[in-house]
Amino acid sequence: MKIVIIKYNAGNIMSVENAINRLGYNCIVTDDPEQIKIADKVIFPGVGEASSAMHYLKEKKLDQLIKSLKQPVLGICLGQQLMCTYSEEGNTACMGVFETQVKKFPPKELVPHMGWNNLQNLKGDLFKGVSESDNVYFVHSYYAEVCENTTAICDYILPFSAAMQKNNFYATQFHPEKSADVGTIILKNFLEIKSDIIKY
Amino acid sequence: MLKKRIIPCLDIKDGRTVKGINFIDIRDAGDPIELAKKYVTEGADELVFLDITATIEKRKTLVELVRKIAKEINIPFTVGGGINSVEDVSAIINAGADKVSINSSAVKRPELISEVASQYGSQCMVVAIDTKFENGEWMVYVSGGKIPTSLKTVSWAKQAETLGAGEILLTSMNNDGTKNGFAIDITNEVSQAVNIPVIASGGAGAKEHFKEIFQRSKASGALAASVFHFGEIPIPELKNYLKTQNIPVR
Repeated sequence: MKIVIIKYNAGNIMSVENAINRLGYNCIVTDDPEQIKIADKVIFPGVGEASSAMHYLKEKKLDQLIKSLKQPVLGICLGQQLMCTYSEEGNTACMGVFETQVKKFPPKELVPHMGWNNLQNLKGDLFKGVSESDNVYFVHSYYAEVCENTTAICDYILPFSAAMQKNNFYATQFHPEKSADVGTIILKNFLEIKSDIIKY
Repeated sequence: MLKKRIIPCLDIKDGRTVKGINFIDIRDAGDPIELAKKYVTEGADELVFLDITATIEKRKTLVELVRKIAKEINIPFTVGGGINSVEDVSAIINAGADKVSINSSAVKRPELISEVASQYGSQCMVVAIDTKFENGEWMVYVSGGKIPTSLKTVSWAKQAETLGAGEILLTSMNNDGTKNGFAIDITNEVSQAVNIPVIASGGAGAKEHFKEIFQRSKASGALAASVFHFGEIPIPELKNYLKTQNIPVR
C-alpha cells in the first residue's frame, strides 16, 4: 500500500510519519501531485495558521488537487479545518470539502483546548473498536461547527466536530498520532479502509 | 469533559535517566525510552524530559534521544533544560518533540517566548517557573533554583502568557522534594491569573495531594518524578483513586 503524507508549510508531519511506521507501514512525505494522485491513502496533517497554510496550498495548486482525490484522504487538526468552507482564523476561504465553518472558541474556558477529551455520537469506519468513553488528544483554538458530515462530537465550551466524513474524505480535529492506543486504532482503521468501496 | 493530566517527569543526563527506578519489568532502568514506554502503558497523559546534562558537548546527544523518543512514544511530550535560543528549540521540535520548556533563558530574554511562539505556535511553548516563598512573596528563581530574581511569580506568569506562552509549568521550591503536597496557594493564584493551562509541580508524595491540587486550584495537570520513578504511586492506582474523587482523568 502506498501512503502519502502531504508536505506543506505546517508542522507535525514527523509525528504522523512515526505513527504510520509504528503500525508497520511505510509512507512518503511529498508535495508532488503525481505521487499524491497515485497513492492508496493520503494524509493531510498540520499544525499551524490557516491563512498562511491555505495561501501556500493555493500557490502549489494542492487545494484543487486534494479536493479532486478519489482515494481515502485523512485530514488531521489544521488539515480538517482547511477542508471546511471557511475559517475565522485569518478570515480564510478554505477548500470546502465539508459543508461547515471554522470558528474561534469563545474564551469561556482555557483556550487552546489542550489535552485529553472524550468523543460522542461516533459514526463511520474510523471509530470501529472505539467507544464513547475513550479519550483522544486535542490542541486547538478554532473548531469546526457540527454539521451533517460530523462523525464524532466533542464538547468543550460547546459541541464541535471532532471528526467528519464525506465520501472518501475523513478528518479529525484531534491528533490520532498522539492519542495513545485509541489513536492507533483510529489510524489503523483509516489505513484499512478499502479504497474501492467507500461506505458511510 | 477535558481531563486533568498526570505527567511523569524524567531527568536526563548524558542521554540516560538519572534517578533510580524499581519497576521490576524494566530491563534497563537508565534507558529513558524504556521508562517512557512503561509510563505510556500505565496511562501517563504526557511526559516531560528534563535535560540536566552539564556540558555543551554532551548536549548533542539530547537531540538524538528526542528523535528516538518521538519514534516510540504515542503521547505528547515536552523537552526542557538548557534551551537558550530559537535554534535550540528548532533542533528539539524538528527531532519530534511536541513542546519545549524554557526557564532561565526566558527570564534573561523574554522575547525568546515570542520568537518561539511566532515560529512554532504557542501550543509548543511551555514556560517553566521555579518559585520560592520568601518574605511574604512568591518570587521567581533561575538556574535550577540557585539564583533569585526580582520577578514576582504571578506577574511573570502573566507576562509570559502575554508574550505567547501556551502553558506554565510551575514548580514550588518550598514544596519540591518534601512529599508534603503541591503548593496550593501559588498554583491557584497563577492558574486564576492566566488563561492558559498551568501544570503544578513539586511536593507530590501521596494520591491525596493530586486530589487536593485539582480541587483547590485550576491546575490542568500535575507533574511528579520520584513518586512515579520509585513506584510509590502507580499511575493506574492514582487515576482510579482520582476517579472515585470525581476528578476527571483519562
